[in-house]
Amino acid sequence: MIELTQQPIDFSTLTESVRSDQAGAVVLFLGTVREFTGVARTSWLEYEAFPEMATAAMQRLEAEVRQRFNVVEVAISHRYGRLELGDIAVAAAVSSPHRAQAFEAGRWLIDTLKESVPIWKKEHYADGATEWLHPEPVMGSRPEAAIPVASTFMSESSPEIVPEA
Amino acid sequence: MKLSVLLFAAAREIAGCESVELELPAAATVAQLRVALLHTFPTLAARTGILLCAVNNVYASDDRVLQASDVVACFPPVSGG
Repeated sequence: MIELTQQPIDFSTLTESVRSDQAGAVVLFLGTVREFTGVARTSWLEYEAFPEMATAAMQRLEAEVRQRFNVVEVAISHRYGRLELGDIAVAAAVSSPHRAQAFEAGRWLIDTLKESVPIWKKEHYADGATEWLHPEPVMGSRPEAAIPVASTFMSESSPEIVPEA
Repeated sequence: MKLSVLLFAAAREIAGCESVELELPAAATVAQLRVALLHTFPTLAARTGILLCAVNNVYASDDRVLQASDVVACFPPVSGG
């Protein structure tokens, strides 16, 4: 299930959509709007999307996560428009036979989504300032994710990108 | 050929429009499109850092050859999630 929406994300329905008799594990990731980044205080966030490409990119991600990991079902929902503190911006859920695969696939899915899906967030700070955010370097389970977006994702021949089915 | 380029996020705000029509030679590449775009909006280069390009909803490298029927978009590095 792939969704790009301006409405609040129903993560219960999304999670239910990946449950299966074939899966012993379900992992759900929620990205939510945080008030403080260091000393900077956020009032609200504006998410802008390139809807046609964002939907296509999320479909490619679903195909790629199925190819790379032993998953049963995959679901992604990303919201755009104005989001308030605590709102859910993104939900990504995977199910797989065993938990190690589910955690691994879920981590890869959200990390890769943040690098590749054409959606941008603009901070509206409590002091009235605004700022388009730059990508955060992703460290941890997937070292290649730290490569800048431009070199990882600009090439159509990149192995990271699965052609549309 | 005339190509319409979609702009998003900071690139859209700096340019002051959601799309721009550029005149390019036949079989122009993405690299040539970048040059034409920055010629039209010189402030784009300094303020958005790396500008990514997508052709028909897929990220495109600079050597990609363009056709008049392509849907082209340019935007800063993404920051969703």
